[in-house]
Order: sequence, then C-alpha cells, then structure tokens
Amino acid sequence: MLIIFMPRVKTLRKVLNPPLIKGFKPYGPGSGNLNPEPVTLLFEEYEALRLSDYDLLNHHQASVMMGVSRPTFTRIYASALQKIARAFVEGRQIAIDGGKVYFDSDWYQCSGCGCNFNNPEREKEIENCPLCGNRQIISYDFPNDADEDNAKHWEYVCVCPQCGFEQEHQLGIPCNHQVCPKCTHKMKRKGTPGCKI
Amino acid sequence: MKVAIASNGNTLESGLDTTFARCNFFVVYDPETRAMEFIPNPNKDLEEGVGPASVRLLESRSVKKIVASEFGLKIKPLLDSLKIQMIVLKDSTKTIKEIMVMLNH
Repeated sequence: MLIIFMPRVKTLRKVLNPPLIKGFKPYGPGSGNLNPEPVTLLFEEYEALRLSDYDLLNHHQASVMMGVSRPTFTRIYASALQKIARAFVEGRQIAIDGGKVYFDSDWYQCSGCGCNFNNPEREKEIENCPLCGNRQIISYDFPNDADEDNAKHWEYVCVCPQCGFEQEHQLGIPCNHQVCPKCTHKMKRKGTPGCKI
Repeated sequence: MKVAIASNGNTLESGLDTTFARCNFFVVYDPETRAMEFIPNPNKDLEEGVGPASVRLLESRSVKKIVASEFGLKIKPLLDSLKIQMIVLKDSTKTIKEIMVMLNH
C-alpha cells in the first residue's frame, strides 16, 4: 500500500479589513545595525490580532468572521503574538504580507437599475446605488446571518439531556459539573454534539 | 470620483463588453467635470494576468468605481485591497451613453 505523506490543505482565511500600512520599523540609536531581516506577519495573523484585541471579539466569534475553526483561529493568533514578540525583542522590522487569505466585502443590489455592487470601504455605509442613485438597495448579508445563527448556537445555556431542563450557564463552572434539579442527571452545554437538544 | 466602464466599442452608442479585463475599450468618465476618455485596452490579447494588468491601468488613472457586466475570479480581492468599487450590470443592453446619464444622478 502506498501512503502519501501530504499535509492537509489550508482553508482560505477571510480578511475583512486589509491593514493600512505595509509594516513597522524600529527606531532609535542602534536600530540600524541590528538584524535587517524583517519578521513577516501574515495577513491572517494581522486579521486575527485585529479581531481579537482591537474589535475585542472572543476567539469563537472571530473564527466565524474569518471562516476557520476556533482551534485554527487560536493557532493563527498565537503565531501572530510570537512573531510580534520576536520582532520587539530582537529589534526587527515587521512586514505584513502573504498568507492564505482572500479579501472580502459585502454585496448589494439596487432595486432601481438591477445592478449588483460591493462596498470596499467598510467604514462608510452605503445609502444609495452608486450607478443610478436609487435609495432602495438590498444588502446580501449572508455572513452576518451566519453570525447570528452561530451566536444562538453557542448560547451559554446548560441543558439536561434526559428531561430537557434548561438553566443559564454559570461562568467558571463546567456544565457537566452541574446536576439537573429535576432528574439529577448531569447537565450538558446546549448545542454541543452530546446533548441532542 | 472617476468611473471606468468596460465598453465593446469607442462610441457612445456601444454597449458593455461581456467581460471586464478583455473588453475592447475602457471609458474613464468623471461625473463631476463630465470629462470622458476612451482608452483602447492594451492587455486584451495577453495569455494570462489580464485582470491585474487592466486593474493597474485603471488604478493609474485614479478610478474609484468600475462598471462591467462580468468580473474574473481573481479581480475581487485585488479591487477590495485597492478600495475600488465593483458595479456588476447584468443587463448589458444599456449603451455607454445611458450608463453615463445614470451616473450623473
């Protein structure tokens, strides 16, 4: 039997806001004769840092935004922190470049002329059609719908797999340490594979 | 704010070309000054890399919106990073003149 050792193909990471700059340079005396080799911070690592520490999302919400799994997001984030730490300690430049990413923007449709258009500048809100100026536009907000679904899916609710009793999850206490007050069965987190509810 | 239109001819009566990057002419139109310019597409017959080449041409003319009936697969990430807006007009029976009138709203 032939076994081909090939790593799994990386999933494309979605980047919503590309960085404004191409990188960072150290300054001050002695910064010129340090290691000139820059540390390459990938776009996905920049995005992970932005979502997590600038937009203050948790890793699960941020992973949904980037279209990767939560563990993958945490790995990308950890790699970003390590690279930044290395650049700071060794006094290297940071170049933001590369990575397996695609840039994304939302799509809209105009009811007046029937054209489709996107909004590359996310900071500005679109009010009328860029072609005919009609104010009746429809937004194709699929990713946001998915976010809401996922938020519901990850409600912090403990549920009893036996009788279906639900109670609010107490942070810091694992669900399976809680006991159902009705049938004394161990509780589970709602929406996780084991609880079937 | 300049707008580029992917046209299949160099007159106002021409229509939209079927593709963005391999169109015959780019019409660069400025709705504020009403100035327009027809640019013959130099990248039309390239084997590959037509999209990025056309985007670079339009970027050098500081175009902020592009009207075309279809865009290639690799165009969107490029235009998103350059903050150029894409307007996809599937109804390609409109002439360049009609599109310009719409842009004057």
